[in-house]
Amino acid sequence: MIVLWTDGLIYLLVVTSVVFAWYLGRQQHMRRPLKKIAASPVAMASLTLLLCFALIGLADSIHFKDGDSRGNEAVSLLDVACDTMRKHGEKTYSAPFAVHGYAKETLALDDGSTRWDYPRLQYGGAHLADPETEWAGDVFDKTLSGFSRGAGLMLMVLLLAWGDQHERRRTLWRSASSKAVWATLFVVVSGSYTLFSLSEYYHVLGTDKVGEDVFYQTLKSIRTGLVIGSLTTLVMLPLAIVFGIMAGFFKGWVDDVIQFIYTTLNSIPSVLLIAASILMVQVYMTNHPENFNNLLVRADMRLLFLCLILGVTSWTGLCRLLRAETLKLREMEYVLAAQALGVKPAMILFRHILPNVMHIVLISVVLDFSSLVLAEAVLSYINIGVDPTTHSWGNMINSARLEMAREPVVWWSLTAAFVFMFALVLAANLFADSVRDAFDPRRAGN
Amino acid sequence: MITYIIRRFLYALPLLMAVNVLTFVLFFVVNSPDDMARMQLGQKHVTEQAIQNWKHQHGYDLPLLWNGEQAGGKQLTDTIFYQKSVNLFLFDFGISDSGRNIGTDIRQRMWPSLALALPSLIVGLLVNITLALLMVLFRNTYVELGSSVLCVMLMSVSSLFYIIGGQFLIGKLLRLVPISGYDSGLAALKFLILPVIISVVAGIGAGARWYRTLFLEEVEKDYVRTARAKGLTETQVLFKHVLKNAMIPILTGVVVVLPLLFMGSLIMESFFSIPGLGSYTIDAINRQDFAIVRAMVFLGSVLYIAGLLLTDISYTLVDPRVRLS
Repeated sequence: MIVLWTDGLIYLLVVTSVVFAWYLGRQQHMRRPLKKIAASPVAMASLTLLLCFALIGLADSIHFKDGDSRGNEAVSLLDVACDTMRKHGEKTYSAPFAVHGYAKETLALDDGSTRWDYPRLQYGGAHLADPETEWAGDVFDKTLSGFSRGAGLMLMVLLLAWGDQHERRRTLWRSASSKAVWATLFVVVSGSYTLFSLSEYYHVLGTDKVGEDVFYQTLKSIRTGLVIGSLTTLVMLPLAIVFGIMAGFFKGWVDDVIQFIYTTLNSIPSVLLIAASILMVQVYMTNHPENFNNLLVRADMRLLFLCLILGVTSWTGLCRLLRAETLKLREMEYVLAAQALGVKPAMILFRHILPNVMHIVLISVVLDFSSLVLAEAVLSYINIGVDPTTHSWGNMINSARLEMAREPVVWWSLTAAFVFMFALVLAANLFADSVRDAFDPRRAGN
Repeated sequence: MITYIIRRFLYALPLLMAVNVLTFVLFFVVNSPDDMARMQLGQKHVTEQAIQNWKHQHGYDLPLLWNGEQAGGKQLTDTIFYQKSVNLFLFDFGISDSGRNIGTDIRQRMWPSLALALPSLIVGLLVNITLALLMVLFRNTYVELGSSVLCVMLMSVSSLFYIIGGQFLIGKLLRLVPISGYDSGLAALKFLILPVIISVVAGIGAGARWYRTLFLEEVEKDYVRTARAKGLTETQVLFKHVLKNAMIPILTGVVVVLPLLFMGSLIMESFFSIPGLGSYTIDAINRQDFAIVRAMVFLGSVLYIAGLLLTDISYTLVDPRVRLS
């Protein structure tokens, strides 16, 4: 087993969020907003979708040495699950569900003559003897059987849940949000079952320029998106919380210094700061090639650097919010009482201020997630994002951009990236909205 | 008022110095000029002499902070920090790594950037505010629910898709306007229509939602109730009273970004090959031209700080409740 840097941090993040969720659940005053989120079907459905994405991302974060390859190439659990897709590489572009290549080439016939025609794909639809007549029926059959198997699995689980006679759980099942969760799960499970079973025979989302399966690429990109969206917060949170609370609580020169730091950082346009830092990292990497000999390690380090830099550029907003909130809180009676009783400032910060600004932290983390995922695509386009060898939606869009000018149009890479990114970001946005509605005291009334 | 502005101005100076030092550290201390030279000249088969030549040519062959070999004031001025960083304060951006004068380039490329950014801002503002007002007008109906859902969906699409989709649909399929390019004078108009439309559409999701929350906050207030009690219609209340009062946060939000308009939009300009500052920056990043990136970082911060200054001033002008202190 190989643990990359980002892998390790992802595990850390998972542990932290589980602990945080457990802590939240135990807090009396957090119960009401949590219940409000649980009662909202939209929030629960998008949370389910997010968790499905997270599951794929986590499966992609467990790396080990590839057993049957000679090199020391690392593969992840997801690679093993998508083994057929990974190995079924074509020569170049092919449309979704295609059996023939994208471009015509000279084919050698059995009788020695040559013909100028579309070649058959090596893997896509290779089991068909006569594609012209069998193709439509075969695709329909395979889709139906894949879907029915996935749906059957889900129906079985649903049946088990339905058979549960426990009264309290029964009312839980009947609530609107649990119906939404089951519906989402049903769609996701049966949909992915269908796609996976189909991808044994076809390239469901086509192949790209070098013949790599696009569906596999999109699945691999999920991890990059999630890492950017979540690890950045891991970098950002300590800075924002420590500085924000200290500035608000101590006032005076501490406040001045911290305000000065974040105004300075804020005043540099973030894209340029990221560009400058990434350029510097590139220079460092080219001058110290011995530390980054492995392609995967190199790409991983760049991803980590990107998260670090994004974290450094994005903590200022939260810091300002926390400072303002702490300024308000420090005049509260319970803080004054604690001070009068002689509680040390560190203790006041930790026990009285921090728990009471947690809702702001939570809201801004959830809100930032989607914008970070979107930012990744833009940064990759400017070549200051993730490493070009890393699978990411930004890189997919970047390479697909020029393909739109081809004739016929190569639309599938772009569409695949669009659909998956849209699903992730939409789910994140919807979930963020309900988290904000539930936790923001100003909106608590309605 | 004047003293206030002067004080704000003086406060901006240390900020700029900090930005300057930060970029200096980022560009010269983390990586030595030798590293940069090697990066520019290529990794292999590069002689020590070639590196020295490159450094001398671009003025990187001086000590970083303190030149012990010179006498008097030259000890401070004959250094990379003085030559490359302090001069930025005088808006002397120097020569780019490819040998062009950055200052002239910036003055030339500023206008196309502005020609794209200003119409996008104004049209976007009008569209967003109108939509937000309509959403508030139809609040608690299915119209509002539908449009909020639509806004979230619009927000969830990456701006790259708007650009690629717009170029493909309007430029390639319908052939209404050229896909990309630029021309001088009024001829530039046909090249600017598509980018302006796309940047407005891409901004609708986030913008309309943001203004909607602003308006909703205003709608709850007492004066609105009074206005309704007077018998004004809902449209009159919204367009005459609410809009006027919500103008304060809207205006100050706009003023902050006004100076930054000069910097242009990075991706829009490079997609539509508009020769503005945004595409200039992207080209510099891709060519790894450190001098230009450094100049743009500094320019960007100057403009941002100018924006903050303008915001403070406009607050005091627009909102009589705000006192200068």
